[in-house]
Amino acid sequence: MRRSGRGAWPYLFLTPAMVLFTLFLAVPIGYTVWLATRRTKVSGLGLGRGARREVSVGFDNFSAALSDAELWHGWLRVLGYGALVLVVMLGLALLFALLLDSARVRLARFSRIAIFLPYAVPGVAATLLWGFLYLPSLSPIRDVLEIDFLGASTVTYSMANVAVWGGTGFNMLVLYTALRAIPRDLYEAARLDGASEIQIAVRVKIPMLTPAIILTTVFSIIATIQVFTEPSTLRPLTNTISSTWSPLMKVYRDAFVTGDLYSAAATSIVIAAISLVLSFGFLRVVRNRAFGEG
Amino acid sequence: MRANRLGAALAAVLTATLASCGSSEPAASPEAAQSPAAAATGPVKLTYWTWAPNMDKIVAAWNQEHPDIQVTVSKQAGGDDAAAKFLTAAKAGNPPDLVQAEYQHLPSFVAADAVADLKAETASIAGEFAEGLWGLVTLGTEGVYGIPQDSGPMMLFYREDLFDKYGLSVPKTWQEYADAARALRKKDPKAYLGTFSSKDPGAFTGLAQQAGAQWWSISGESWKVNIADEPTKKVADYWGGLVKEGVIDDMPYFTPEWNKALNDGRLLTWPSAVWAPGVLESNAPKAKGKWAVAPLPQWNAGESFSGFWGGSSTAVSSKTPNKAAATQFATWLNTDPAALDLLVKEAAIYPASTKAQSALGQAPGYFSNQPDFWQQAATVSAGARGFTFGPNVGVTYNTFKDAFDKALQNKTAFSGAVQAMQDATVADMRKSGFQLAS
Repeated sequence: MRRSGRGAWPYLFLTPAMVLFTLFLAVPIGYTVWLATRRTKVSGLGLGRGARREVSVGFDNFSAALSDAELWHGWLRVLGYGALVLVVMLGLALLFALLLDSARVRLARFSRIAIFLPYAVPGVAATLLWGFLYLPSLSPIRDVLEIDFLGASTVTYSMANVAVWGGTGFNMLVLYTALRAIPRDLYEAARLDGASEIQIAVRVKIPMLTPAIILTTVFSIIATIQVFTEPSTLRPLTNTISSTWSPLMKVYRDAFVTGDLYSAAATSIVIAAISLVLSFGFLRVVRNRAFGEG
Repeated sequence: MRANRLGAALAAVLTATLASCGSSEPAASPEAAQSPAAAATGPVKLTYWTWAPNMDKIVAAWNQEHPDIQVTVSKQAGGDDAAAKFLTAAKAGNPPDLVQAEYQHLPSFVAADAVADLKAETASIAGEFAEGLWGLVTLGTEGVYGIPQDSGPMMLFYREDLFDKYGLSVPKTWQEYADAARALRKKDPKAYLGTFSSKDPGAFTGLAQQAGAQWWSISGESWKVNIADEPTKKVADYWGGLVKEGVIDDMPYFTPEWNKALNDGRLLTWPSAVWAPGVLESNAPKAKGKWAVAPLPQWNAGESFSGFWGGSSTAVSSKTPNKAAATQFATWLNTDPAALDLLVKEAAIYPASTKAQSALGQAPGYFSNQPDFWQQAATVSAGARGFTFGPNVGVTYNTFKDAFDKALQNKTAFSGAVQAMQDATVADMRKSGFQLAS
């Protein structure tokens, strides 16, 4: 009796988590998969009752999503944008974290907050704010620089700029926190060995930071794959961003603009699969280097 | 150990990713959740999705007179998003009882079986609307899927003061409009006579209607799609030519950039609809009293045609348990003299009802310099022609934006963009299984 009672306890504790997981994760994913295998079929004019019914189409929506050239163009655009954001944002975040952690820094508190603050601005607001700065007749920048920020060749950089502005602070904080967790006596030992501050940063701090850098990189890969807010918010302001600029924008368009939930469901599953492959692929590549000795 | 923790964090992140990807299923909006089922006792409660300003005040008048039918207004964002939201709510099974339906979206609502056929209930009021407007709610079929509320006949709005300054006369034909555009560029290289917006398919639709376009039609049991017809290509290439020549700007409407150009007097005309005074008042407050209105320029001298940009009807959801009460409210709202008076005064709409149109007196405040504003509108309205919209306007309009964006960027012919609209629309209808006449 006591044994079986004890055996049931863990399940009881697990129940809330399992129920929430099922309701808000497993069921929606299952529903999406189910939707992705269906399609509406209308007959005749398609008006009035009974003219429209849902039919099963197997993997048709998936093959349509995979063979859609526009979707792959979207991936290419996002890849270019993502590479830019990843390198610049994480580079800046690492630089700021190291600077803030160095012994000689002044105004550390203020700088930390100032760098982090843009992260607190919601993406839509940040993009609108930058949008105003990009528009020719409103922008004070445009008074000085003769650059069309929303042109076909520049719009990717303009969007990446918004993402970098908003994301650097968060990544900086993650890296900075990891830096503070490194035992100080390591630096002391390095200093006794005659290492300069820069040598300490490159030879001690960055290697010790590797797990945190990997974590922020994976976060950022996932975030850039899902880029949606910046291009959708800038789209009304320029004719250089199409409704299918990024894969997620295409999902939104299919589901809510052209009313094809089924294709949208199939495409979002494809996106999830690619996100998984990219994130785990990256982890596989770096795992041995980062954690091989541990 | 560290690797494990990192792995756990990643797993959490990845599952979150999946969750957000999976959320493309219809989400019930909070407003929709409040949509009441038939109450066993007490008054009938109806929800009404609309974005007309001050509709709550108009509904308050109804609620006071009808204690047994209480209507609650749920303010919507308007535009294409509102249509998408309604379709999603209808699919999810909890739509509002009443919805403001723009004419171009009504066929999509009907095709999704989201709105009720009000034929029996509206037989007595059909005569109160112009035939063209009534056609927009019947779609040329036997059914009646909404009650017309307002209409948006297109007119030419222009800066009277700047026309005088530059010695331009109001263009009567599109040829004259093009000449004026060229003349203005010579006199002031910073100003444009107008702009072509690749973000506003509604405006382009109206201009195509004026030229005699007939994008969709129903013949028997099949749809005819003819978006790339001669009138439409003519309109497209006219604007495309002017943009390419550099005498017409290509900035989209309703952007901060556009507002500034209007305020600064760098845009001298706006071919828009009768509701433009409200937009100008909020977006270009500095130019009050400087704008005037004229009929749209014509394709052939002596004609008096116009098209429609916008306008909407009140539709009743097919899923409402209170169809009779909802129809009663929709009928009152759009035909009762007191309600129409409120619609004009509070919501600043141009009523669809014929007798309400002729009862309009004082010009909108922004146009106080033009006392005959409503007479002009009535004249224009009489010559406005529309067409039946198809069941997948969302696809057509979305393709408009993408294709015209691309044409502007690559400096290619606008008629190519029109062809893209035609192709995308037909492909989508074919994929869904609509019967198409070739």
